[in-house]
Amino acid sequence: MAKLTIADLKKIKDKVHSETSLRAGEHRAKVTVHMGTCGVATGARAVMDSLMGAISEANVSDVIVTTSGCAGLCSQEPMVTVELTGQSPIVYGNIDANKMRQIFMRHVMQGEVQTPFAIAKV
Amino acid sequence: MLEISLHILDIVENSTRAGAKTVSIDIIEDTERDVLSLEIRDDGSGMSEDVLRRVIDPFFTTKTVRSVGLGLPMLAQAAERADGRFIIESKGGEGTRVAADFKLSHIDRQPLGDISATLVTLVAGNKDIDIIYRHEHNGQTYIFDTREIKKELEDIPINHVTVLNFIRSHITEGLKEIGAEA
Repeated sequence: MAKLTIADLKKIKDKVHSETSLRAGEHRAKVTVHMGTCGVATGARAVMDSLMGAISEANVSDVIVTTSGCAGLCSQEPMVTVELTGQSPIVYGNIDANKMRQIFMRHVMQGEVQTPFAIAKV
Repeated sequence: MLEISLHILDIVENSTRAGAKTVSIDIIEDTERDVLSLEIRDDGSGMSEDVLRRVIDPFFTTKTVRSVGLGLPMLAQAAERADGRFIIESKGGEGTRVAADFKLSHIDRQPLGDISATLVTLVAGNKDIDIIYRHEHNGQTYIFDTREIKKELEDIPINHVTVLNFIRSHITEGLKEIGAEA
C-alpha cells in the first residue's frame, strides 16, 4: 500500500471532522442496496456506484449506506430500501443507476417517495 | 454474472452473512502459466460436511426465502467453462475457502471487471469487516488492506463517502501500476 500516504488520510480526516462538527449528529436516512446473488447479477453494484456518486455530489455525510442479502423477491432486483429517520421504510424494485439517482435526489434529500418505482412500504 | 469481480462481490457478501470478521481475496494473473486464479478465505461460521457436499447444486440453498442457490454454482461453471477448476473447503466454526482457476487466454474466460467497484461496495456495506485484497500480476503485487486504512482514520468511519472515493482511486491506480490486465 505504498501510495496510501498518511498525509492523504490526514487531509480526509480533517475534512470529515470539519463537516461533522457542522451537523447535529443524527442521520437523515439509511439506504440499503440488496446485494444477494440475484441483486448482484442484475446490476446492484451499478446502483451502489450511482448512490455513492449522488451522495458525493450532494456533499452530505448523514446518509447511512448498507447492503443486505436476498429478500426472496428475486424478480424485482435490483432492490433498494430507503428509510428516512422516523418514517416507514420504502422498498423500491427494478432499480437502475438513473432511478437510484432520482430516488436519492427526491426521496432521500426532499422526502418525496418515488411511487412509480416503489413496491412496498414495510 | 458477466465479470469475475461480480462473483467476488457475491461470494464475499456470503462471507459477511456467515459472520466473517476478516475476508482475504487473492488474485494471481500469471501470463507465463496462462492462469488466472482467485481465492477467497473467510473466518465465518463455515459449513457442515453435508452442506458443503451440496453447495454447488443450484437447487440447494440454506436460505428460506427461496429454493435456489446460484452464487457458487455460477462461479464453478464460469471456471469450468474457461478450462479451470473450482474448489471449496469449509469447516463448521472455522471458515470457508473458495478457489477458482481460469485459463487466462480462454475465449470464454470472463473479464475480471471493475474490481474497485466491487471492493468499494463491500467496504461501503460492511464497515466492520476487514478486507485484505492481494493482486499479483506477473510477479508484481498490489495489496489493499482495510486494517491499515482504519488505523490511520481513527474515529472516521471507513465507509464515509470521501474515504470511499479515496479507496476507489487508490485501487484503480494500484492495479494500473502493476499492469493488471485480466
